[in-house]
Amino acid sequence: MPHIGPALPEIIVLVMACVILLADLFLPSRLKHLLYWAAQASLIGATVVAVLYPAAGHLVVMHGMVVADRLSTVLQVAIFAVTAVVFAYSRTYIAERGLFKSEYFVLALFGVVGMCVMVSAAHLLSLYLGLELLSLSLYALVALQRDSIAASEAAMKYFVLGALSSGLLLYGMSMLYGATGTLEISRLAIVLATLSQHNMVATLGLVFVLSGLAFKLGVVPFHMWIPDVYEGAPTSVTLYVSTAPKIAAFALFLRLLVGGLHGLSGSWQDMLVMLAVLSMAVGNIVAIAQTNLKRMLAYSAISHMGFLLLGILSVRASGYADAMFYAIVYAAMTLGAFGVIILLSREGFEAEELTDLRGLHQRSPWYAFMMLLFMFSMAGVPPTIGFYAKLAVIQAVVGAGFYGLAIGAVLFSVIGAFYYLRVVKVMYFDPPADDHALRSSRDLRWLLSLNGVAMIILTPWVGTLIAICQASVRGLS
Amino acid sequence: MATHMEFYRHMALTLAIWLPIVFGMVILFVGARFPGAVRPLAAVGSGLTFLVTIPLWTLFHAATAAMQFREWRPWIPAFHVNYALGIDGISMPLVLLTSLIGVIVVIAGWRVIKERVPEYFAAFLIMEGLMIGVFCALDAMLFYVFWEAMLIPMFLIIGIWGGPNRVYATIKFFLYTFLGSVLMLVALLYLYFQAGESFSILSYYHLALGETPQILVFLAFLIAFAVKIPMWPVHTWLPDAHVEAPTGGSVVLAAIMLKMGAYGFLRFSLPITPLASHVLAGFMITLSLIAIVYIGLVALVQEDMKKLIAYSSIAHMGFVTLGIFLFSRIAMDGAIVQMISHGFVSAALFLCVGVLYERLHSRNIRDYGGVVNRMPVFAAFMMLFAMANSGLPGTSGFVGEFLVILGAFKVNIWYAALAATTLISGAAYTLWMYKRVMFGPVTKATVAGLSDITGRETAFLVILGVAVLALGLWPFPLLHVMNATVHHLLWRPGIRLVGGTP
Repeated sequence: MPHIGPALPEIIVLVMACVILLADLFLPSRLKHLLYWAAQASLIGATVVAVLYPAAGHLVVMHGMVVADRLSTVLQVAIFAVTAVVFAYSRTYIAERGLFKSEYFVLALFGVVGMCVMVSAAHLLSLYLGLELLSLSLYALVALQRDSIAASEAAMKYFVLGALSSGLLLYGMSMLYGATGTLEISRLAIVLATLSQHNMVATLGLVFVLSGLAFKLGVVPFHMWIPDVYEGAPTSVTLYVSTAPKIAAFALFLRLLVGGLHGLSGSWQDMLVMLAVLSMAVGNIVAIAQTNLKRMLAYSAISHMGFLLLGILSVRASGYADAMFYAIVYAAMTLGAFGVIILLSREGFEAEELTDLRGLHQRSPWYAFMMLLFMFSMAGVPPTIGFYAKLAVIQAVVGAGFYGLAIGAVLFSVIGAFYYLRVVKVMYFDPPADDHALRSSRDLRWLLSLNGVAMIILTPWVGTLIAICQASVRGLS
Repeated sequence: MATHMEFYRHMALTLAIWLPIVFGMVILFVGARFPGAVRPLAAVGSGLTFLVTIPLWTLFHAATAAMQFREWRPWIPAFHVNYALGIDGISMPLVLLTSLIGVIVVIAGWRVIKERVPEYFAAFLIMEGLMIGVFCALDAMLFYVFWEAMLIPMFLIIGIWGGPNRVYATIKFFLYTFLGSVLMLVALLYLYFQAGESFSILSYYHLALGETPQILVFLAFLIAFAVKIPMWPVHTWLPDAHVEAPTGGSVVLAAIMLKMGAYGFLRFSLPITPLASHVLAGFMITLSLIAIVYIGLVALVQEDMKKLIAYSSIAHMGFVTLGIFLFSRIAMDGAIVQMISHGFVSAALFLCVGVLYERLHSRNIRDYGGVVNRMPVFAAFMMLFAMANSGLPGTSGFVGEFLVILGAFKVNIWYAALAATTLISGAAYTLWMYKRVMFGPVTKATVAGLSDITGRETAFLVILGVAVLALGLWPFPLLHVMNATVHHLLWRPGIRLVGGTP
């Protein structure tokens, strides 16, 4: 079965999602926890298959719809791993809030399938289908807590704006089709190379496509939905929305801009510079004004996506690898930060405000230390791994000759350091306002500790991680 | 025996960096469960580190300017970042200073710290390792990692164990220094590409950069180093941080962290951007003289003892930067001696204030008076350090200031005249403070209840007292080890520094 082989991980996840959906109908309530394990098993199974049968070279299958290369393998494994951690973190959280239903896992797994299709898309059609599968799952996930007004509002907003952006993307794709006569991404690149540099239709298509992509990634000025969705959704869903889909959205940038529209790189480079600067500025400055932790992390996410774009806009293979490294590191940091929020929440109490972290150091020195590592990592202070990610992308823009942009980026990171420091300040220097003991499942505690320690212990192996990213993006453009 | 020595040569710096960090980590992890083990572990950790660094001095070849005790391992091959270590005649004394101060800080915090004890000692040990790392790194990115990583423990030290206004002080400290260093990061990345994708500091020495890039790189470095030293006008974080920090934190800040800025000039600015260093030397000298004269006057009116010593540190560091940018051999020697000497003297003075603060919980000069009647031994020690701070011949403070003033004379008599005002203002603010705190009748009931220093306090004051006197009376060993390196720095083949006077 040479044709479906590369898509085997997606197929496993899809089949398992359907099985879980059906099994939920027949399982007695005391066995419901099996749903969780089934979801985890499907992710682990998919990871094993993806690792055991890695794509050799550059293989396009299914009538030019799906590409199997090292990039898709690495990113798929990252998505599986991140989602598995999301499930583990949110298990008790959703159980306490009556969200422990098959829908949560099924929707998330459908989202995973959509992301896998996105990262291995070789055709604009499959790319769009993957994106929509992911988006629809996300809309529903955000609205999962249907009695919550905030969640419903967030979902509504997300849906309307998301539909608009999908429309933009689709419109842009149709223009690209008009200009080149093909929907296959590799053919697109070939045809674009023969067109003149200033083909109006292709450039206009690029603008629309880029707007759609920027919306999905959540960069300024297409960021409006991010704070509301992050704040309104249940934390377990926010955790999911803020991690794996970013990796997938990053993959879209690579597949489309680098793989397909490299001929227009002069145009999209300028646009990305603007998006990156705006995101870093708005994200970091507005985050200072936030008192809600989830909103603050939302703006922090916006600024991180700005940094991620720095790697792509360098238009160098090493820069793409740097951006990829940044995306994965970002996912790991965000997992941890929201993990701590989940850890502090309990039945009937959401630890959402900055003040809820007060005196955490006295309540639990270890988890305060973990949060400290996540915060310094997000701020990009060595020796945490977030620093190497920032170093990588800034090095990419310096290498490309954008000195002003590099200086701007580091200055914005100083502004950003302020609000991350404020979190540390609240945890370490303020007296505790809440003396409830932290109680949570053991898997959350262990995984969170592992997640936190990884921020610092991976330092000697940063080289290896970047080498993996570099090997993945080789042969892309 | 020879094989042992060879083994040591290839391991010494790694040991000196990681031993305290590993001990710090261990304390952090086991401290909560075994509170009794924390202090002994800290003492063993810092003591071992000091012992490990001693042979760096005894095995050091003073005749060469080349890097010694070198280690090299690839770290992040994608960015050509290596784990490259090595020391020369400038960094070796600083490494030893750091490990000695590490021991003293542990002794000083032995009884004083009562809350969150494991975290306190762990933070100091980890910081000690990172500071040694800064002085040993030969790879720019490794240097930067050590340089920045230090901010995290210092941020916590000031914020947790500091005084009433600690949160403001520590956030100011962090943001100031962070802002300074990120621009250095961009400069380092620029050099990385100029040097053909290499982060080796030594390879930057052979770059032929044009004047404009040199000046821009110099300015980027200047912001990072000037904040750390700190130079006027970016010094405002220092008095705040010093005043609010616990005694140990002040000691480390004054004795070592401030030296890193000056070390940065010697390791980066001068050799990498020699042309810009000359073009901007006048500017640097002006800033240094302002620090010496103006900050000296500011110190005079301080009511808070710690603040006074903090301002005096800024003035003394002004001497260091003055000595560096005069491009004269004598002044350069003086600057480096002043760095080491100030490490001892400022540490000792902060410890003295700590001794008083522990007893009366006040740093205000007005709350004291007549202390000598109750603490005669302590008064004698503090007298020594006060004299050293004002540059009395025979103490280490004299050697550095004298050499720098001598160097300044050869360049421009006005520089020397302005710099020499420190002999008056330094003596004025230090001795006036000493007089108001120590002498006079005992009028306050609190002072009447004071008891003299304990054995533990005597221990660290004796160590520092001996160091101050030894360096003051016989500075030759220090001048000897840095001789070749300073010569090499000022007269490098090919890039002979123009305008340098022998």
